Amino acid sequence: MSESKLPVSTIPALRFAFDRSLVIAFSCIILMLLGGALYSREFLSPEYLLQQLQISAFLGIIASGAMMVILIGHIDLSIPWTVTLGAMMATAVAGWFGETGNLLAIPVGVFCGAMVGLLNGLGVAYLRLPSMIFTLGMNAVVQGLMVLHTGGFAPQDHATDAMHFLAVGRPVFGIPNALLIWVAVGTLTIFLLTRTAFGRRVYAVGNREAAAYLSGVNTNAVIIWCFVLSGAAAAFAGVLLAGYSTKAYQAMGDPYLLPAIAAVVLGGTNILGGRGNYLGTIAGVILITLLQSILAVMQMPEAGRQIIYGVVILAMLLAYGRGEIDRK
Amino acid sequence: MNDLRHRIHHNGGLLAAIGLFIVMFTIYVSNHPVGLTAAVATTASNKAVLLALVAMAQTLPVLTRGLDLSVGMVFILANCLASVLVVGTIGEGFLGIAIVLGAGALAGFINGAIIVWGRLQPIITTLATGAVYYGIALYVRPGPGGDVQSDIADFATGQLFGVIPTALVVLLAIVLIVWLPYRNSVLGRAAYAVGSNEQAAYMSGVPVQRAKLLAYTLAGLLAAIGGLMLTFNTYSGEASAPIAGTYTLNSIAAVVIGGTSLFGGWGSAIGSIFGAFVLRTIEDLLFVFDLDPLWQPLFQGVVLLAAVSLGALRVLRIRNRLELFA
Repeated sequence: MSESKLPVSTIPALRFAFDRSLVIAFSCIILMLLGGALYSREFLSPEYLLQQLQISAFLGIIASGAMMVILIGHIDLSIPWTVTLGAMMATAVAGWFGETGNLLAIPVGVFCGAMVGLLNGLGVAYLRLPSMIFTLGMNAVVQGLMVLHTGGFAPQDHATDAMHFLAVGRPVFGIPNALLIWVAVGTLTIFLLTRTAFGRRVYAVGNREAAAYLSGVNTNAVIIWCFVLSGAAAAFAGVLLAGYSTKAYQAMGDPYLLPAIAAVVLGGTNILGGRGNYLGTIAGVILITLLQSILAVMQMPEAGRQIIYGVVILAMLLAYGRGEIDRK
Repeated sequence: MNDLRHRIHHNGGLLAAIGLFIVMFTIYVSNHPVGLTAAVATTASNKAVLLALVAMAQTLPVLTRGLDLSVGMVFILANCLASVLVVGTIGEGFLGIAIVLGAGALAGFINGAIIVWGRLQPIITTLATGAVYYGIALYVRPGPGGDVQSDIADFATGQLFGVIPTALVVLLAIVLIVWLPYRNSVLGRAAYAVGSNEQAAYMSGVPVQRAKLLAYTLAGLLAAIGGLMLTFNTYSGEASAPIAGTYTLNSIAAVVIGGTSLFGGWGSAIGSIFGAFVLRTIEDLLFVFDLDPLWQPLFQGVVLLAAVSLGALRVLRIRNRLELFA
């Protein structure tokens, strides 16, 4: 097929441009920045913006994985302890094996997360259990393992220099490394979703798994891979978070589950799967990070923060995330 | 005879949960240093009734093929409200109880309204409203503390006639006053129909919207009753996110163990009560067998995962592979 015959809607860049949720999400970001600027000039300074992007990077990496799972119509609730697992295993390996351990730390952390994802995927694909309940169970199991790990073996919890460098270093034009890593992860995700057969299969499974199966897609493999990617992304973010705060600690992933899911959904991805693009997730991640930051800067007490946080998510979803009227 | 077999088949999940509970509770009691006394039974039932109420609350949205991730937060909100409002004389205490229950029902109604009229997905709606309810709970009670009308509290957590734990009687009363009438009402049966097939239900003239609204409202009410009972147990309120999260998760697990399908249209709140009892007895068993505390979270996690994996037996019955994707 020649290029000129392609309908406009199949060219990704143009399709993004007319996506209503994207427009709303990005305008909300601009509105929040302007509103913040009225409160304090600092909100528009490059330093503040770069810092916000650096903090968003951790959430962004987690959300990339969460989005893969949401796109196939499932949900990964094991994210909190997978994040913690990644951080703890990376620091522990560094402690156990000295020099070699420092090299192995990051790959081992990510690998452990991928293994949790693999188990999630196997349970959801072959046992056909609802992902919500199975990943919840896995979350509890991983939590148990980590309690045993820290309590029984007293492993090292300091981050290695490499982890610290990846999370807070700014060697290239003062751009935070964490942000560069998010850009890399994001590019990879966009490539996977829009330029590979795997990406097409992800959307196909999300839209109607039976149809995808009948068209010859190995739907179980797609499900398993999505969960593996989600686990690996969460663990990788955990490794970076350990580098950011210089140590791994219990429950460090707990504050990331809701924001990650909220970011994906605010970005216009359908929670039932099959629809959504990564630009929206980027917007959602930045939006959530800015919202948290502004509420923190305004010294809003925790109670008010939670209420505003929930109300904003609901209001935005009511603006564009409403379902079709199901009357046929 | 055929009717009996049908009934047993229909309530298989419920019967399995009851059987599991009886076996586990027998092991627990026979290994307990004191044995089955009124005090042991009261302590056990006071703890178990809390989760049982939250699990009942979770059952109603699940039957309509929804989910309520805010039950734990409503539970905590009711706990914090009760620690402020249920004070003073007995009369004032009962007024406070009425307000707390009203607030719980209102929270549930808001969930339902957003889901029905706002047409948002239940999971994401209740995640967001859960944050709001937790925020309100924190606002009501920034730090742990407060008090509760002690006459009502002592009565609700004590024993009737010196033998029967009152908490169990309360639970039974709620089953008789709330669950059974609901189950047999038009809107209750509509909830099952909606869970089985929403479009078919709509085409048959079933009041889909009202059924969903009522299911979420009652869920809020039941979770608030749970929160009240928690206050009667602890004599204080605490806006604790971990407690809320734990109750939400365990409520889903209890619903599954109790034989209710997460795909809607199948199951009962009575099953969920026994599911909750099973989960609670597991914790008590760990205690009497003196398991190393370090191993406890892992053991609980594995039991939880194994329990929900029982649902995979469904796969064995499926003949046509396409039914797997339903």
